[in-house]
Amino acid sequence: MTIATPSTQVASKSATAAPTRVDAVRRIAKEIARPNAADVDHKARFPVETIQALKEQKLMSALVPSDLGGAALGFGEVATICEVLATGCASAAMVFAMHQIQIACIARHGRSAPGLCQYLREVVEKQYVVASVTSEVGVGGEMRNSVAAVSREGGRYAVNKDATTISYCEHADDLLLTARRAPEAPPNDQVLVLLKKGDYRVEKTGNWDTLGMRGTCSPSFKVFAQGPEDHVLPAPFADIASHTMVPVSHVLWASVWLGIASSAVSTARAFVRQQARAKPGTVPPTAVRLAEVSSLLQTMRTNVHDVVSEAEDLMTHGGSDALSSISFALKMNNLKVAASQLVVQVVNQTLLICGIMGYKNDSPFALGRHLRDAHSAALMVGNDRILATNASLLLVLKDD
Amino acid sequence: MISEIRQILKEHGRLASDATTLADDADLYQAGMTSHASVNVMLALEGHFDVEFPDSMLKRGVFSSIATIREALETLTQGR
Repeated sequence: MTIATPSTQVASKSATAAPTRVDAVRRIAKEIARPNAADVDHKARFPVETIQALKEQKLMSALVPSDLGGAALGFGEVATICEVLATGCASAAMVFAMHQIQIACIARHGRSAPGLCQYLREVVEKQYVVASVTSEVGVGGEMRNSVAAVSREGGRYAVNKDATTISYCEHADDLLLTARRAPEAPPNDQVLVLLKKGDYRVEKTGNWDTLGMRGTCSPSFKVFAQGPEDHVLPAPFADIASHTMVPVSHVLWASVWLGIASSAVSTARAFVRQQARAKPGTVPPTAVRLAEVSSLLQTMRTNVHDVVSEAEDLMTHGGSDALSSISFALKMNNLKVAASQLVVQVVNQTLLICGIMGYKNDSPFALGRHLRDAHSAALMVGNDRILATNASLLLVLKDD
Repeated sequence: MISEIRQILKEHGRLASDATTLADDADLYQAGMTSHASVNVMLALEGHFDVEFPDSMLKRGVFSSIATIREALETLTQGR
């Protein structure tokens, strides 16, 4: 009897087709991300090997349009890359996802600024890593409010910001920061500014010793910057947020969480197979739980893939009206809330299947990291805040 | 109609500047109206003018100034 392959890898769709980008990422996930994941988690260190491997595949510029030299991948393919990477290391996948969100904002809303187009060309060539500075002390976690303001004089901008978290700040080349349009602007009249290396300095004001997602290295920092005025994105942040930043974030985050869930289920399957082999002829009692969690994972996968493909379609072909519509905002928010809850349920169930072997950190079936990483999902932009937004959107939606 | 819109903005728009003196074409979002406040403005307008904004009108542009709100309300109340 040769029912082997107790593997946790995501199977390749076709063994005969030419190797694709996604195949290359599967290899990175299996050979680089997974072997380093425990160390990244244990030391709360940046997943430097995985990000380096992604740079070598030119994937940091995956969303840069082709006329600027980029690969111009669709959001669906980038979402798949996030999902596959997360089966190896969720922190590395989340870093990759957050970087892509920044590039998407510049590529979709900075095309009219020659300085930003030039920057995207440099991203292709140099594979820069871009981090996000949307959080701030004093706004209570509301991304659409800022205290910091941009001042402009003689073709230069200046801005200082006290940020509560900047993921992989110390490992990024450049930053993308939100601030009020001008010193006299109200809190929600915001712009997005590209802070190029050399145009900014940071002072670390806190640590990053967290339950999960430890490799994203996201302490608090004070940021001080000044640079050329054309690094301020021309579009209002209100539009950038609703048309690009929020939908792309929710799509890519949900894909990362799906990868965590898939990986946990693969681990549970390997565990049940091992039990079955020990006593051929009887179905182990854990197999029923496995059947249950497999159904839950399918629910999650179908939801994520369905909304990803709809978002890709709208973001490629839909106009700004479609992207600003309440139904689109609701759907993107629903995806975030649902996927962030399902990932915890799925990983919890797999822990029940693997039992003490899942609970032990030094076991081949360890699930502690999956569980801790999964619990970040409901918190990164708190679900309660998102549900409150949806509650008020539903007051005016008419379903016509 | 304009003065009624101004009154509703004053009560529900949570603007940084005074809604009663704001120019008709001034950008309400730049005046500090949040998307949450815009939902309340919309509900108050629906109640006051006895209209329903269809989903196709639930767009940022429609609520961006006093003038655009009046335009939308005129469309909805046409033929009454």
